[in-house]
Amino acid sequence: MAVANPPAETTTVTTAKKPGGGFSWAALFFLGPAALLLLVFLVFPAIYTFVLSFNRGRGGEFTDWVGVDNYVRLFTEDPNFLRLGFPPSGALWNNVLWLIFYTSLCVLLGLIIAVMATRVRYEGIIKAIVFLPMAIAATAVAIIWRFVYFPDSDTGLVNALFGIFGAGPVAFLGSPDTVNWALIAVGVWGSVGFATVILSAAIKGISSEVLEAARVDGANETQIFWRVIVPMVSLPISVVAVTLIVNVIKLFDLIYVMTAGGPGAASRVIAFSMYQEAFPAGQFGYGAAIAVIMLLLLIPVMIFNVRRFRAEAVQQ
Amino acid sequence: MTALQDTSVQAPPRTASERLARFVSRSPTHIILGLIGLVWMVPTIGLLITSFRPSADMRSTGWWTVLVEPRFTTANYERVLAGEGMGEAFLNSIWITVPSTLLPLVVAAMAAFALAWVKFPFRDTIFLLIVAALMVPVQIGFIPLVTAMRESGVPLLTTYGGVWLAHTAYALPFGIFLLRNFFITLPKDLIEAARIDGASNLAIFRMIIVPLSVPAIAAYGIFQFLWVWNDLLMALVYTQRNELQPMTVEVTRLLGTYASEWSLLAAAAFVIMVVPLVVFISLQRFFVQGLLAGSVK
Repeated sequence: MAVANPPAETTTVTTAKKPGGGFSWAALFFLGPAALLLLVFLVFPAIYTFVLSFNRGRGGEFTDWVGVDNYVRLFTEDPNFLRLGFPPSGALWNNVLWLIFYTSLCVLLGLIIAVMATRVRYEGIIKAIVFLPMAIAATAVAIIWRFVYFPDSDTGLVNALFGIFGAGPVAFLGSPDTVNWALIAVGVWGSVGFATVILSAAIKGISSEVLEAARVDGANETQIFWRVIVPMVSLPISVVAVTLIVNVIKLFDLIYVMTAGGPGAASRVIAFSMYQEAFPAGQFGYGAAIAVIMLLLLIPVMIFNVRRFRAEAVQQ
Repeated sequence: MTALQDTSVQAPPRTASERLARFVSRSPTHIILGLIGLVWMVPTIGLLITSFRPSADMRSTGWWTVLVEPRFTTANYERVLAGEGMGEAFLNSIWITVPSTLLPLVVAAMAAFALAWVKFPFRDTIFLLIVAALMVPVQIGFIPLVTAMRESGVPLLTTYGGVWLAHTAYALPFGIFLLRNFFITLPKDLIEAARIDGASNLAIFRMIIVPLSVPAIAAYGIFQFLWVWNDLLMALVYTQRNELQPMTVEVTRLLGTYASEWSLLAAAAFVIMVVPLVVFISLQRFFVQGLLAGSVK
């Protein structure tokens, strides 16, 4: 449970003793297969993708070196990737929407469910129910929700409920105005269980004396939630939030199956654009540039994680 | 375990009226949790019911009408498994998933052992590089690897070779991270004693580390199994023949062909879901442990 333990950030001792010993055949034997696979599938491809992002790479033929043209096109000439207007649109902007709403809703709902569940006898059941979508394929989640959103009040549950109140069937996934919100709702449905389980473990670590003291001092339950529980689990919250942010940057399956980026390109996200431009459209250089952007977006998270674990690795 | 519960439960209610009073005071909690339970259960149950409804019924009425006229059939499952290729795709999913789970398990356990218990230069640096590699998106490999696999003449995209190797490689950072953090918690005295008795590293790995780490290895194995079973993207990129593709890819083809044949699509979705559901329900403890330990992936 790395999550519940605050990392000892203050003890980043780089001068601690190094593990002794020189070159070791045993290390080579045990580490060799992993090192080989990581070099061939991760390190070299990452460098090569960076290089190829400066090529046109049409249809997989890397003959046309174009400098930073792919990047310039992505940010200035491709409304499917980014269009800065009012309102902005494009894959990168949709990722921003996901980042803000998916992350905050998952954390907030996860906290609320975790806190409320500790007060009832069916805590285990409610946590399992909310967690269940985490176990099933995003592909299956996508089918479940395409069915729920189906624009026919005799088939789709949401439109059947709308029908009761006299509202006409709405094509949630068919309109650029609603599609991203409908997808984010599904994303939240799929990930709240993760936030709930992690935050619930953290909340249980809060000593009952602290909560008792707050109650004795006259705090009500809302104040206890915002002023005591939330600050005391701020580190697990940040870990959960970082994981959700990574999910957003890597988000692909749900979009591919629910909307294929549509209608038009209204619900594209960067991971979808990367696949779409590289494979169906055959623009390998353009796809490589998007992959590089994805990696760059994840570098702050890498630094966050490395800092969390450096102290531990060196002390050991 | 229930620090918070203890404070809010206080003294247990003794009389019926006390119990009623407590229930009423808690009723907002029950109502909200009840609603959440419904929103998280009903969509899946609706699809499950639809998968057992005759398709004529599906076309004319909503699944909720089964409450008044229950009529069920297994025809959708028969059709989707036999006629629509989900049966073969199920086998393909197994063919992809089993090696893609076992291979990284072995390779990651070995590397994690070296990083935890073998002394060599730059060990900590290598571990921190592994932590950094946790975040590398699979997309970074697509273009060079697909190009290389196509041009090398080695049949990796037209067999399972490519998808096995790719899944293995991208699973390693998480596996090494998880297992190394578990291995270093094993008793140092035990391993030092074995070394003094002349045990080789391989013997220590096989006789001490692996047997003592079954819970961690199982957690990683289950996590990786579900990860690969549920994967769509890697299968789309690294298996380029229809006969090889897993259910997640097959079902997107069905969605393209039968956009509103919901009884068929529902059955297909449940064929994908059945294995993860069984794994989740029977091995929930391991699964949640793996998730908690690896919440950085």
